Amino acid sequence: MSTLVQNGQNGQDGQEERSGGSTLWIAIRISLLFILLCGIVYPLVSTGLAQLLFPHQANGSLLKDKDGNVVGSELIGQSFADPSYFQGRVSSIDYKAEASGSNNYGPSNPDLLARVKASIAQWQTENPDVPADRLPIALITNSGSGLDPHITPQSALVQIPRIAKLTGLSAAYLTSLVGAFTEDRDLGVFGDKRVNVLKLNLALKEKLANNEYPK
Amino acid sequence: MDFLQIVIVIGLLMLIAQPLGNYVFHVFSNEPNRTDRLFGWVEKPIFALVGLKVRAGMSWKRYAFSFVAINFALVAVSYILLRVQNGLPFNPNGIGNMEPTLVMNTVISFITNTNLQHYSGETGLSYFSQMAVIMMMMFTSAATGFSVAVAFVRGITSRGKTLGNFFEDFVKAHTRIFFPLAIIVTLLLVALQVPQTLDPTLSVTTLQGAAQQIAIGPVASLEAIKHLGTNGGGFFGANSAHPFENPSALTNVIEILSMWALPAALPFTYGRFAKSRKHGWVIFSAMMALFLVFLTVAYTTEKSGNPALEALGIDASQGSMEGKEVRFGIAQSALFTTVTTAATTGTVNNMHDTLTPLGGLVPLSEMMLNVVFGGKGVGLVNMLMYAMLAVFICGLMVGRTPEFLGRKIEPREMKLIAVAILTHPFIILAPTAIAFLTDLGKGSISNPGFHGISQVLYEYTSSAANNGSGFEGLADNTPFWNITTGLVMFFGRYVSMIALLAVAGSMTRKQWVPGTIGTFRTDNALFTFLLIGTVILIGALTFLPAIVLGPVAEHLTIRQ
Repeated sequence: MSTLVQNGQNGQDGQEERSGGSTLWIAIRISLLFILLCGIVYPLVSTGLAQLLFPHQANGSLLKDKDGNVVGSELIGQSFADPSYFQGRVSSIDYKAEASGSNNYGPSNPDLLARVKASIAQWQTENPDVPADRLPIALITNSGSGLDPHITPQSALVQIPRIAKLTGLSAAYLTSLVGAFTEDRDLGVFGDKRVNVLKLNLALKEKLANNEYPK
Repeated sequence: MDFLQIVIVIGLLMLIAQPLGNYVFHVFSNEPNRTDRLFGWVEKPIFALVGLKVRAGMSWKRYAFSFVAINFALVAVSYILLRVQNGLPFNPNGIGNMEPTLVMNTVISFITNTNLQHYSGETGLSYFSQMAVIMMMMFTSAATGFSVAVAFVRGITSRGKTLGNFFEDFVKAHTRIFFPLAIIVTLLLVALQVPQTLDPTLSVTTLQGAAQQIAIGPVASLEAIKHLGTNGGGFFGANSAHPFENPSALTNVIEILSMWALPAALPFTYGRFAKSRKHGWVIFSAMMALFLVFLTVAYTTEKSGNPALEALGIDASQGSMEGKEVRFGIAQSALFTTVTTAATTGTVNNMHDTLTPLGGLVPLSEMMLNVVFGGKGVGLVNMLMYAMLAVFICGLMVGRTPEFLGRKIEPREMKLIAVAILTHPFIILAPTAIAFLTDLGKGSISNPGFHGISQVLYEYTSSAANNGSGFEGLADNTPFWNITTGLVMFFGRYVSMIALLAVAGSMTRKQWVPGTIGTFRTDNALFTFLLIGTVILIGALTFLPAIVLGPVAEHLTIRQ
């Protein structure tokens, strides 16, 4: 340590200015110390505490089927191309969760209109019983993350006629299933009501397996 | 329900802000108090280790030199770490080294508290870089901004004392504010399902039997300081729209309050320093009034949706859902957008590029004004600068020497304030114009028409305001954008900070004159009104033409 910093011992209110060299030396030492504290100690201590206290959440909230096989994370949406499943929101990255994001179409972008029109056309062929004016906007818009695990309850209900036809399950049963998987707003007030598509489809798949319907 | 949940969040903020402001005052007042007993034992070894034996008051020049020196040292180390991250530990996904102009942009972005990201976290950074560079700078840049704001407040309120000791302020900001809060918020977020692990990317087999790779990592510890420090850089590309960064409406509320509480508390801290709580309320009220106007515009425009999609005959009653997440809906998305650009955090829980034109105008305008709460310390300092300007304008109108907090405001201060105020529009509008003159700039625009103008304008506004959110469609990871936005962020941060420290320095040297009956009052509702008027007048005169070309023109084209 330099002698420069030791020359003043007159307490906290000392007004004398030390030389620029000493200030620089302190600045460098503070920088190195705080790289260690903020950049290494803090995240590692956080990780240790998190793994100790909340291991399930800290490791990605993995979802298992009743045989104990991991089928994904309950927080991360999946692509359901098979029309006998409930389908999630549009994802420009097709739910490939090694990345995230959307194609960021501005509201006046012609590509946005073209994509939405294509989604509506596809909806009309797959769901002839449900007119487009009942198609909720959430179902044909791209989520911000491209990984949205949820749809609105309305977006699940409008898919029931199609799924009932393809699986043979009754519309009444499917409606009760959607009801059972509709999550309330957080603490009853924050956010919107929602349905986790993966959890809903997992229940649907297990029901179909029990009924021995062909997949 | 939308209205109720927004009111509850604002109510919670109002409950937190004043006590927190008092706490921050005690941290930085340097008078013995209870926080010493709680944290003194951590600070003593830190002060000893860095060789800070005498915590003497500094002149404004030494204060500025100290903070620039620390920032420079942190930038130098971070630059090296990012360039060689491939060979460093905690890199289970084998991420490669970062390209030089992108590194330059990234280190400037994080040391200036901007957190503009031209990389994607999943593919661009190792866990070590996320921790030792990103999280580290999230702490240190926030502590720097906080310290400078406190020094400025000391300068204009204390009578003939110094601005304080930067190193002491910097250490205390960490030990007494950011570390304890960050640990608490981290654990809350993990409990609510934000991951915190050093394991590599997960591989799962989906319900349909396909393979899915799920990027993961030490997310919660980054989320905590990202919001508390009004940083805003996401662990993942999608930022707080990503379900791992922000899994529920409840975590959304926690993140909103984390980024909003400290900027909202600072006016009250200032009130304590000024020994006049009314002065704190004047600043807070002006900020809150502007905020509520912006929030109303954001919510109503997003709720009414995009007329171009509505015209296709679907059920669009939910509002504009492109780029938004179902768990947040319109209310939590609009609130988050308004807070993140008010507090210049720049974290996003929905894609701002996809906002309706007038919805997108809200974040843009808040960053242009840069005083609606504002980032770590910067917002308060900017608002106080406008307060001095308002006093000056009123002084000119009535023909009196303007005074603020018992000190005369003279040409030297006004010149410095003019530099700080004019730098902001200059480094937004000049680079925007340059970008449109070159194919390097124009070629990156992803949305045609007027929206393309908004994309470029937003990028530079966000850089200059040290916000860091983006109209992310812009293909901005090119040397042109990395270098120009890097420079804008640099000047946006340091020019105004140093100019304002100089103002504080010259204010401390002035004779304090006690108020008389003729003194223009700066602690009442009339002054709040004048302050808001000054902010809007300067902002509108500067930015209206640019706004008309971008969001307003786009709004008119999609209106049915």
